[in-house]
Amino acid sequence: MGFEFVALSLPPLVIGVFAAMACALPGNFLLLRRQALIGDAISHVVLPGIVVAFLVTGVIAAIPMMIGAAGAALISVLLIEAVRRYGKVEPGAAMGVVFTAMFAAGVLLLEQSDTSSVHLDVEHALYGNLESLIWLDAVGWASLVDWQALVLLPPELLRMVITFAGIAVLTLLFWRPMALSTFDEGFARSLGLPTGMIGLGIVAMAALAAVAAFDAVGSIIVIAMFICPPATARLMTNRLGHQVVWSLFFAALSAVLGYVLAGYGPLWLGASDSVSAAGMIATVSGLLLGGAALFAPHRQS
Amino acid sequence: MAYEASMTEATLAGSPFVVRGLTVAYDAEAVVQDVDMTVSAGSMTAIIGPNGAGKSTLLKAALGIVRPLAGAARFWDAPLAQSRRRIAYVPQRASVDWDFPTRVIDVVLMGLYQELGLFRRLSARHKQAAMACLERVGMQDFAERQIGQLSGGQQQRVFLARALAQGADLYLLDEPFAGVDAATEAAIIAVLKSLRDEGRTVVAVHHDLSTVAQYFDHVFVINRHRVAEGPVVEAFTQTTLDAAYGGRVRLSD
Repeated sequence: MGFEFVALSLPPLVIGVFAAMACALPGNFLLLRRQALIGDAISHVVLPGIVVAFLVTGVIAAIPMMIGAAGAALISVLLIEAVRRYGKVEPGAAMGVVFTAMFAAGVLLLEQSDTSSVHLDVEHALYGNLESLIWLDAVGWASLVDWQALVLLPPELLRMVITFAGIAVLTLLFWRPMALSTFDEGFARSLGLPTGMIGLGIVAMAALAAVAAFDAVGSIIVIAMFICPPATARLMTNRLGHQVVWSLFFAALSAVLGYVLAGYGPLWLGASDSVSAAGMIATVSGLLLGGAALFAPHRQS
Repeated sequence: MAYEASMTEATLAGSPFVVRGLTVAYDAEAVVQDVDMTVSAGSMTAIIGPNGAGKSTLLKAALGIVRPLAGAARFWDAPLAQSRRRIAYVPQRASVDWDFPTRVIDVVLMGLYQELGLFRRLSARHKQAAMACLERVGMQDFAERQIGQLSGGQQQRVFLARALAQGADLYLLDEPFAGVDAATEAAIIAVLKSLRDEGRTVVAVHHDLSTVAQYFDHVFVINRHRVAEGPVVEAFTQTTLDAAYGGRVRLSD
């Protein structure tokens, strides 16, 4: 039990939990700014960026992927603005057009390029490869204090933990201006706060979370975690600080429940194969939102 | 114009709020065109004009909330950047999402941001200051309420309490009486008059012409261009209203 759990289940669980929390944290602000779709857009446009980065470098590595994704995100922002301005289309529709088109372009690129040597395909883009992020060097719980085993943990784990920690620290540092300019941008500007930069910073944090989480858990989880845990949390409380804490709890709960249900749920039901953890985690987060909509304390207003 | 000739250089230099050559355009349409405005220290000034005359835009551009094409505002003969701590702005109530997860007291505490900055801990003194501002607008019993549970008038009073917490010398309010009940209107005007009596300056975008003379001592009439400005008795006349509203309104008395 010890070896199996520590080697096969613990790393994907931890990665899933931190990926979910990293997306949910900026998701709170996107949701309150009525920009939840931006998270959706970012997680879609990441794909062509990553494919181009792979075509240029020939390897799947974190740094070129990040650069490619950031470049794609930048292009998408410019395109959305261009479609909105020159196409005279409302912002939501402009975003919808650009991110679906870019995701589709990413799929085409992926099909046409030779990625047989690496683990990069359309399925991977959607569900990631959470189940395969295992730690074969673990021998049991003792490995958690064994430095030589620890350095052989899947690199996604450390990347996700650092990403979440970075986003959490930035959110704590800039809590007051972020809350103020999200609630009342005009007032924030009258105080001299750089509201444009703050808005951009929130989107940049979301982009960072999306890019880091994309490779490990795929875009389905990223999209779900930007919206579902914050929306569920909003129904639990009427205070922003409490909402953010609740959203992290719901993100972690979705990841753990989803992972366990995907692995064991079908077996309990008599089926022989487990289902996609990414799909189950996103589904659980949606079910939690549904439950909160029916039973949570602050759903009236 | 007569009032302009009577305005000395001294009042200009001592003015808390001067606008010169302000032009603002949304897309290709100028909504505020080459506007000059000079607010007298310690006055209560109503900005009036028809819908779409640029009243709110004038305030927003003066505060740097929207970017003007030309011109700028000066405060106590200094640029905006050096004067922000002495200015309190009350946006239109409808400009924010009242379903935002925050309590009344938290909104008022936002008025202390200049003092608190990023890191300073909220002390009992800060909370007492915020409560005192709520008391001044008669909202002390609602401190712990979620803002979405308030009526429109109560929301407006909370916005005013936040401005009071800033401890400013110049108060710029955008439609403070829009959609509020009579009790709130009376409470707000009492607070604004008490601010004026303390020597502070109040400028409010106002749309109810029937209360201009009762509430304010100065008026600024705008319809994209400046139409008139000065003491109510001089600038709030049928002639200036005809010029601004195109003869569609009459002074009742």
